[in-house]
Amino acid sequence: MNDFGARVQELIPRLRRYARALTGERGAADDLVQDTLERAWSKLHLWRHGSDLRAWLFTIMHNVHVNQVRSRAASSTVPLDDDTAEAPVRPTQSDMLEVRDIDAALRRLPLEQRQVVLLIALERMSYDETAKTLAIPIGTVMSRLARARERLRVMLADEGTGTGLKVVK
Amino acid sequence: MSVKKISEGELHAYIDGELPPERHADIEAHIASSPELAERLNAYRRHEDALRARFDPVVTETVPDRLLHRRAGSIPRALRYAAVVGWLTLGGAAGWFLHGTKSGEQGPDAPSWARRAAVAHAVYSPEVRHPVEVGADQEAHLVAWLSKRLGADLRIPQLNALGYSLVGGRLLPGEQAPAAQFMYQDARGQRLTLYVRTNREQNRETAFRFAQDGSVRVFYWIDRGLGLALSGEIGRDDLLRIATAVYQQLNP
Repeated sequence: MNDFGARVQELIPRLRRYARALTGERGAADDLVQDTLERAWSKLHLWRHGSDLRAWLFTIMHNVHVNQVRSRAASSTVPLDDDTAEAPVRPTQSDMLEVRDIDAALRRLPLEQRQVVLLIALERMSYDETAKTLAIPIGTVMSRLARARERLRVMLADEGTGTGLKVVK
Repeated sequence: MSVKKISEGELHAYIDGELPPERHADIEAHIASSPELAERLNAYRRHEDALRARFDPVVTETVPDRLLHRRAGSIPRALRYAAVVGWLTLGGAAGWFLHGTKSGEQGPDAPSWARRAAVAHAVYSPEVRHPVEVGADQEAHLVAWLSKRLGADLRIPQLNALGYSLVGGRLLPGEQAPAAQFMYQDARGQRLTLYVRTNREQNRETAFRFAQDGSVRVFYWIDRGLGLALSGEIGRDDLLRIATAVYQQLNP
């Protein structure tokens, strides 16, 4: 059990990466990591020895974050659902903007899609691991992933490809 | 030869390496026949590369101290106590979730002594001139006096490490026997009170329970011969952290 702390510590940089991408802000991301670590130790008895610590910590982070977003929902417009109406999207002007604009594009993804695409892209989780981490069926992982990727593609589409103004639904 | 229809999900599974090998040939043939599809899948890959390029550098950043300190300080202690007294973390977490959706409500089962603790907090914590009867400068006297009046061997937890120093304590009327209140405050004057009463059932222990009365939040628990209630007008997670420290100090 003593290696728990060391193993958590190893995962902190990855929790920070995911939190940064999820929240888009450094301070908010580290707050999220801190809240996640705190919750993790208070829920330690729920962690089954030998089970996947990474998935467990990411699940906790996911829950903490969703609760934070919900508690702020009254004063913000963060889309929580796949069905949230989509804002019109303007294409970027060149390939060079792709990396920079990925921040803006991510922010416009509904949270549920952002979670899935980030776990798969950054953590390189399998569909199965993603489904377990987010406690959703694997089919839902796949449909959210498909929608997230298509939405990112539309938002980040190069000028002149003819797909930039298409609204995906 | 009939070609099974290719779904959108299969295309994604293909680029993620999750597609069964027997479907690869069909998918690849389909992609080869459609430059538009090939470009779309390439875009998906490019955007994932862009995500990694954007966020992978976070992994090599220096982790802020506040994240390491919490881990280094709190987890091993929590581990130790989780092992020794499983009920503590179990109860703490259960209480947390039980009340997580209805903050602002009094716990349905808050016993009268926990309510007395909240009331005593509300009465004495704003007191400027006489917050306590005996000050922290006479701590030995304070503990001896209250131990004698309660008929129990009291100890005063030290919360300096958490930013709260002892102000002192006072004797309070309980339901059937005297009770004690210890007061702490932080550098900004934020006060916490720890209410202690004797408990007739000597062998009982309970988990942390949470109650709220107006802005006063209370974590209360029974630890063998004592009922303890920590009250404050601070966030519940902060209060729980301090209640945990109190418990740990009284059960070394």
